[in-house]
Amino acid sequence: MEKVLLKNTDNPDSADISEYRKAGGYRSLAKAVQMEPRDIVEEVKKSGIRGRGGAGFPTAMKWNFAMADPKFPKYLICNADEGEPGTFKDRPILEKNPHLLIEGMVISGYALGAEYGYIYLRGEYPAAKDILEAAIEQAYREKFLGDDILGKGIRFRLSVHQGAGAYICGEETALIESIEGRKGQPRTKPPFPVNVGAWSMPTIVNNVETLANIPYIVEIGGEAYSAIGSSDCPGPKLYCVSGFVEKPGVYELPMGTSLRDIIYKHAGGIKNNGKLKAVIPGGISTPVLPADGIDCAMDFVAMPKAGSMLGSGAVIVMDESVCMVRVTYRAMKFFEHESCGKCTPCREGTDWLRKILERIEHGKGREGDIELLSDVAGVMSGRTFCPLGDGAAGVVTGMIRHFRNEFEEHIRDKQCKFRN
Amino acid sequence: MFNDTVLKEIEGIKAKYPDRRSALLPSLYIAQREFGWLSQEAMTCVARSLNLPEAVVRGTASFYSMYKHRPAGRHVIQLCTNISCMILGAERLVDFLETRYGVPANGTSGDGRFSLVIMECIGACGTAPAMLVNTDFYDNLSEKRIEEILENYK
Repeated sequence: MEKVLLKNTDNPDSADISEYRKAGGYRSLAKAVQMEPRDIVEEVKKSGIRGRGGAGFPTAMKWNFAMADPKFPKYLICNADEGEPGTFKDRPILEKNPHLLIEGMVISGYALGAEYGYIYLRGEYPAAKDILEAAIEQAYREKFLGDDILGKGIRFRLSVHQGAGAYICGEETALIESIEGRKGQPRTKPPFPVNVGAWSMPTIVNNVETLANIPYIVEIGGEAYSAIGSSDCPGPKLYCVSGFVEKPGVYELPMGTSLRDIIYKHAGGIKNNGKLKAVIPGGISTPVLPADGIDCAMDFVAMPKAGSMLGSGAVIVMDESVCMVRVTYRAMKFFEHESCGKCTPCREGTDWLRKILERIEHGKGREGDIELLSDVAGVMSGRTFCPLGDGAAGVVTGMIRHFRNEFEEHIRDKQCKFRN
Repeated sequence: MFNDTVLKEIEGIKAKYPDRRSALLPSLYIAQREFGWLSQEAMTCVARSLNLPEAVVRGTASFYSMYKHRPAGRHVIQLCTNISCMILGAERLVDFLETRYGVPANGTSGDGRFSLVIMECIGACGTAPAMLVNTDFYDNLSEKRIEEILENYK
């Protein structure tokens, strides 16, 4: 498959505007400004693209909701708060292909009638901030940004807003709170951001990878795009593979590539000829799959049927040396730290789950602790404003479903046999 | 109070948003750069330059983990220990930093040279374990490599 998102990233100067233009960059924008905005949205609809942030919501549907709202101005925010542990797919776009993202945002802004864009960039990516800001300056200079884009009188102003280390700000309403200078606590929905978003105006929040697909959709047309990958959620997809594989990294493959192929064909199989034990397929908020559960298509429709989720496409591969109780405990420490504290079931639940997991891992687990974990997870599920609580509960439930014996062993033997 | 150059910088940031409170997170970063950490004085400066109540400034700052609420060492090491880094040995590196440099997790070494912040995923899972030293990024870490890297941070 021709590379779309990682195109030209082997070139060490790929972030420079002249290199990007040499490789055909900004031609889609030139084409888009000749089109009517609604025709661009129509192409995006035909493409069938679903948002790449994790939820897989159809992009054109989100756009149409925002466009149906007569309030003005509208804001376009790029969610570059890539924080789901295991995820490092947006980083190569931000650092090596910033103009692809900028081009995607300008086209999207024109299509949506949004004149102001912000890239909400996580604080942990300081290098990306410098690269993006340099790229934005270049784009202003060459009239791809500003008040008269390509001499067509189109306005789109873009700037980077740096986050400050809060996982929850990847949730779109928390992100909006944060950009407004508040604590990143999710809002009650409805109203949805497409109607009442940043500064109470219609706001479209799209993931980096989603926006980086837009120039290609404009280039080849929605119909041709929809033929790539899975029929019900098409397009190229970035999968990032980490852990015990020979060749960890970011792979651009057709959406729906099987998890087995991603691990064995592309990432080179298990490191040092080790034996596969478990895979977290879409970032740590997605339920774990056992070694025999990896014959599934990695897309938004097939993964729930296989007992997990595509999430951010962050594949964490674990071999037989990894203690699943320890992984669950570490994941829960993360969720406890990142819970924003707004909803009681999440704030208290993550704290209790962590405490119970900690004692099990340290050989102090009690009879009935596994049931207690399931109980607490059950109480959290579906009782929070945002998906953080559900994700935390799902991690525990998934781990117990597939690796219950390991939890039982820890409690029975009063120790973790993986520690030396 | 901030000097004129900094105030001008903050004015420039305010201009990017429809309301002044949106400039709060970027201004806190600037205060941190100017003062080294978010002291009472630093937060007062931010509150005055944005015309916001001090309680709002302090409350918001306390939510985010990249703002420093106490003085840090000369160099801040931000080491990830989340799953991908953990399974490839990051926790051993935390112990190593403490024994070799006397810097405890989420603390500062006695000589003031290093602070160590335990991070939640810095997006380098494919080349784990990874860390930032100040704003410089390093990955594929081992004890030996950390020693070599930290030689450059006196």
